[in-house]
Amino acid sequence: MESASIPARPPRARADVVREFISRFGLIAILLILPVAYGIQDLQDEGDLSRLATNVKDGLSNGAIWALIAVGYTLVYGIIELINFAHGDLFMLGSFVSFSLIGTIGLTVNTAFVPLVFGLLLILVIAMVACGVLNTMIERVGYRPLRSAPKLAPLITAVGFSFILQNVGLLWLGGGHRGVPDLIESQEHLFTILGVPITHGDILALVVTVPLFFFMINFINLSRIGRAMRATAQDPQAARLMGINVDTTISFTFLLGGLMAGAAGLIYALYQTDVWFFAGFTAGLIAFTSAVMGGIGNLKGAILGGLIIGIVQQISDNRIGTEWTPAIVFGYLVLILVFRPQGLIGEQTREAG
Amino acid sequence: MSTLATRAKTFKPPARIGKVRTSTVVTALVIAFAVVLPFFYDSGSDFMNDATVALVYVVMALGLNIVVGFAGLLDLGYVAFFAIGAYTMGWFGSSFFSSRDIHIGVAEQLQSQPGIHVNWLIIVVLAAVFSAVMGAVLGFPTLRLRGDYIAIVTLAFGEIIGRIAVNSDEGIFGIGDFNLTNGRSGITPVDKIDIPLVDRFTTLNLRPWYWTALALALVVLFINFRLRDSRLGRAWVAVREDEVAAISMGIPTVRVKLLAYAIGAAMGGMAGTFLGSFYNTVNADQFEFSFSIFVLAMLILGGLGSIWGVVVGAIALSFINTRLIPDVLNEVPSKIGLDFDLTQLGFGIFGFLLVIMMVLRPQGLIPERRHQAELAEGIGGDETIAETRA
Repeated sequence: MESASIPARPPRARADVVREFISRFGLIAILLILPVAYGIQDLQDEGDLSRLATNVKDGLSNGAIWALIAVGYTLVYGIIELINFAHGDLFMLGSFVSFSLIGTIGLTVNTAFVPLVFGLLLILVIAMVACGVLNTMIERVGYRPLRSAPKLAPLITAVGFSFILQNVGLLWLGGGHRGVPDLIESQEHLFTILGVPITHGDILALVVTVPLFFFMINFINLSRIGRAMRATAQDPQAARLMGINVDTTISFTFLLGGLMAGAAGLIYALYQTDVWFFAGFTAGLIAFTSAVMGGIGNLKGAILGGLIIGIVQQISDNRIGTEWTPAIVFGYLVLILVFRPQGLIGEQTREAG
Repeated sequence: MSTLATRAKTFKPPARIGKVRTSTVVTALVIAFAVVLPFFYDSGSDFMNDATVALVYVVMALGLNIVVGFAGLLDLGYVAFFAIGAYTMGWFGSSFFSSRDIHIGVAEQLQSQPGIHVNWLIIVVLAAVFSAVMGAVLGFPTLRLRGDYIAIVTLAFGEIIGRIAVNSDEGIFGIGDFNLTNGRSGITPVDKIDIPLVDRFTTLNLRPWYWTALALALVVLFINFRLRDSRLGRAWVAVREDEVAAISMGIPTVRVKLLAYAIGAAMGGMAGTFLGSFYNTVNADQFEFSFSIFVLAMLILGGLGSIWGVVVGAIALSFINTRLIPDVLNEVPSKIGLDFDLTQLGFGIFGFLLVIMMVLRPQGLIPERRHQAELAEGIGGDETIAETRA
């Protein structure tokens, strides 16, 4: 379908220039408001930027988790243009799997370093596979039968699955927050750069997410099935004519997204040392915001968006108050969708017009 | 051409009993049944309570039906208008702002109490207007967007309003210290509905509440029917079916969409004032995302865009929520040796319902004719993804 906004009269040149400027730099300007304002405040009050820098560092670690979830949104949206509402809750189940396995394997704060690393690696693999398989099953049951139905239909089943997964979590570990043993002493300072303390949690986020991102980007760009995914995203029918099995490719996309969500679940459990059945809803919305911010359908954009939203969230947590953070993140979401729906590095989509 | 010919061939005149259409007779019987229903139950019984709530949900569902069913704008933040209506009730019908002293058209007992006390009939109009304005304001940013982006923006607005409700007991966004909503503690007690020339409503006799809710539901139902058959209603359906074609036919889509948001929101706001007064409290925990989905599930169950379907869906889901799950089915898990509380699962069950309905019967229990055709075409046809996506 063509864009909905058909101009009624030929636009004036100057208004066009202004509009183009706002559309190109407006989002970046909005994003810079918070850090710049608080940076100036810090310089006046304390004379250096170490508090802001610490915020940014914490934000990047947090943002790595959002980026992992956002990758799942962006892959699925890229290929079948569906907002997979259940993805946030899938991540929540990933954190629950990790929580349970930590108990089952018997990792405690006193476990020695080498067994701890191997135990966590094992948990990482199991959580990733569990989420990946679950996501593929959801696609098979809930989305594939609706492949040619009106677009709202799969979106509504996605909302339904989101509630089902939330209730699975509720039955599994109950309605309260559950504390995860602080296996990696995530808030322990390792060393300090330029007045910014680096903690174990930051290292964990770095060590898990960076290889995954490299793997993902290379996989999508270079592998055979990655090429099939890109072809299907561009034009499913043409892809089918070229001998690509579109259904398998879509299933595989869900599998990849689920794998990332599982990894995010483990990091979240270790980093926040707290799991909760409702965490997936907020996390899902934040990750979706990240995906949209980067340009939905764009893998690198989702990663960038996740890191940016992580920083925004951390600054808001630290300066304005944790209770307002969701409102601020959703406010950003609305602003992005309204003023720059294609995101920072995305292209124009049919949806956004 | 061929569709016109087949339609002319298959056209059947409406069934009649004597000189009256059968559908009119059925409608009259249903309404009469609803009016006399309270006489068969104890005036303070649980059933009356649940029936009253069900009728209010009918109002909400009919409001959402205008936005989602008629105009095809998937609104996942409908709870915002419930919140706005309920807070309007709380602000203008309680002793919450105790430093003010305003009384308009309320009974003598309330005259001596501090705070703002306004007659419910005025508050309903106020809430409808306020919600309609908010509906248009929140709908405005979505005008350029389509499909699932609208869902996300409305969802975000619903969440922002919910956050404001939870956190605005000490200033908004931490600015100032004005207590706007009293957060999770909520505004309570809220004035009872007060209708001139009728005895004061009490919590012991639920019949007047029921009839008030019924009257509200009937008014909204009537408005829905008239709107559906109006020029505006046809414009909504046109926008839903094909926005580009609608534009080229000269339909002012901006105005048409904003009117859908505004009218739908007004109905949500009206229902909100009633529930605020009926529950005797307005607190932030009532306004969660799951509520929006609960109302959406009513629409899906009954059939998107189908007025009678939505009424049936609302009543059915409301009773499933208030009676079937807590009273009837709650014993089942323990009987088969499982250890959990089924009431916890309420929303999982609604989620399941959404999936099942969408996969097996997307047109709902009582489908709207036009919607059904569209869905049948979509699923049964040999279209590929590419075509539906385009």
